[in-house]
Amino acid sequence: MKPRFELFRSTIILITLFWLGLFVLAPHVMVLITSVLSPDPNNLAVWPLNLNSYVNLWDSLYLNVFLDSLYLSLLATGICLLLGYPFAFILSRFSPLLRSILLFMMVVPFWTNSLIRTYAIKLLMGKKGLFNDVLLGVGIIDEPLQILYTEFAVIFGLVYILFPFMVLPLISSFDKLDRSLLEAARDLGANGWHRFWRIIVPLTSPGIIAGCLIVFLPAMGMFYVADLLGGAKNILLGNLIKNQFLVVRDWPFGSALSVSLIVLMALLLWFYFKANQYIQRKGGLDDDTLK
Amino acid sequence: MIPSNKPVLSLGSGLRWLFIAGVMAFLYLPIVVLVVNSFNESKYGHKWQGFSFKWYEKLWHNDALLEAFFNSLTVATLSATCATILGTLMALAVYRYRFRFRQSASALIFVVLMSPDIVLAITFLIVFMALGIQLGFWSLLIAHITFCLPFVVITVYSQLKGFDGNLLEAAQDLGAKESQVFRLVILPLLRPAIAASWLLSFTLSLDDVIISSFVTGPGFEILPIRVFSMVKVGVSPEVNVLATLLMLISLVVVIIVPLLLRRKT
Repeated sequence: MKPRFELFRSTIILITLFWLGLFVLAPHVMVLITSVLSPDPNNLAVWPLNLNSYVNLWDSLYLNVFLDSLYLSLLATGICLLLGYPFAFILSRFSPLLRSILLFMMVVPFWTNSLIRTYAIKLLMGKKGLFNDVLLGVGIIDEPLQILYTEFAVIFGLVYILFPFMVLPLISSFDKLDRSLLEAARDLGANGWHRFWRIIVPLTSPGIIAGCLIVFLPAMGMFYVADLLGGAKNILLGNLIKNQFLVVRDWPFGSALSVSLIVLMALLLWFYFKANQYIQRKGGLDDDTLK
Repeated sequence: MIPSNKPVLSLGSGLRWLFIAGVMAFLYLPIVVLVVNSFNESKYGHKWQGFSFKWYEKLWHNDALLEAFFNSLTVATLSATCATILGTLMALAVYRYRFRFRQSASALIFVVLMSPDIVLAITFLIVFMALGIQLGFWSLLIAHITFCLPFVVITVYSQLKGFDGNLLEAAQDLGAKESQVFRLVILPLLRPAIAASWLLSFTLSLDDVIISSFVTGPGFEILPIRVFSMVKVGVSPEVNVLATLLMLISLVVVIIVPLLLRRKT
């Protein structure tokens, strides 16, 4: 197409670059800059430049929060995958209509704000909540269990909130799965176990990796889940960041914490692209899962 | 267990449905508890103590909560609409035109998609402070539009990729201007993607807690902020009512809007 001047064309290019530059690029750069400034209670962040915030990251107190939230998020991601993979697998074999209905049903709870849903989980988990009622009623336990304010409660909440984000990329991966490959494998004598591990899992691995990325990183930031279900402790990195920004008002340190999350994201994305390249070299799918 | 008649998968159909039902129960249990308790006479909702509309009445008189509720719906509607328009134009620019920083633009859209909410929240907070934008309605709207954008761009872009390029060329050869190609050829074909994008953005905006907590100010309170202060310490049955209404309104929007659209075309 010959590039000729068109008002429409120039306008939408300009709007695109303006919006992304002002509200995506500039803010990310500013977080980076803020992280090397000095904290100031009145002006939030001031000169001179220094690396104190990054030195503080290695304080064992904060390191522990980081490791704790890594552990909680990993566990939540693993559970999401264990539930979401069979769910997406089963859904992909239904008729398109039935699948749309079930996917729609999965999204409906999202129209209630996730904070309200977390509050609902809190109600379920109380000493007199439904969980304890049922357990007592069935006779598994004699006294109410302490479910609320435990790690279990936080993981349950994270899985609950993030589950659909795992399922959606998986579904799109299963959509691209070529059924004839499975039939060929069966004709060549591969049993169900082999067909699953040798064909289905490798071919859906872009969806697995994308789903895990989309669940794992946000999980570390979900401060309200930890606040409501985990008690008033700093359990997730999100709680720590929120406190630095809105309570302690040490913006440089809060920014440094966010930068550590961005670095982690970059590492994982790098891993994602490498893994995809590897899969493609082995003759797998095109990388369209995120596109 | 009934043996599956599908040749490749050897998972019992009963087992399959059991699993789906289990997951759905997991997803719906908290919602059902909220809805049931919104009609419960008892405040704590531990036991059913009779049907009552008393919490609905309480909510009706809770001005602060109602205001936050309407503010949330307003922001969700506006940001979904703006994000859909803006995102459709962006997808078009990235798909159709070659320009400087095109790669960077798609990279930035990807960054928004992958950044955890907490990181986006902080970037927004810092840029609003730097630009001197008062935290409130406008900051909230800009933030919500921006975090919905990548979902719109991806949805619209993937539909654009499926287009027949000849159609667009034909329009151009016949002398259509770019704006005409967009309005008369591309836009009608994009209708399903646009509808899906709007719905997704609306859902994401209503669901958001993290970004909203950072970028809204005392002058403009929205639902998650208000509710957070209410449920942090105790139990608030009005919240159950609100959740019930929220579900109902969204369901109505989702069912009615496509019906209206269908009748028009």
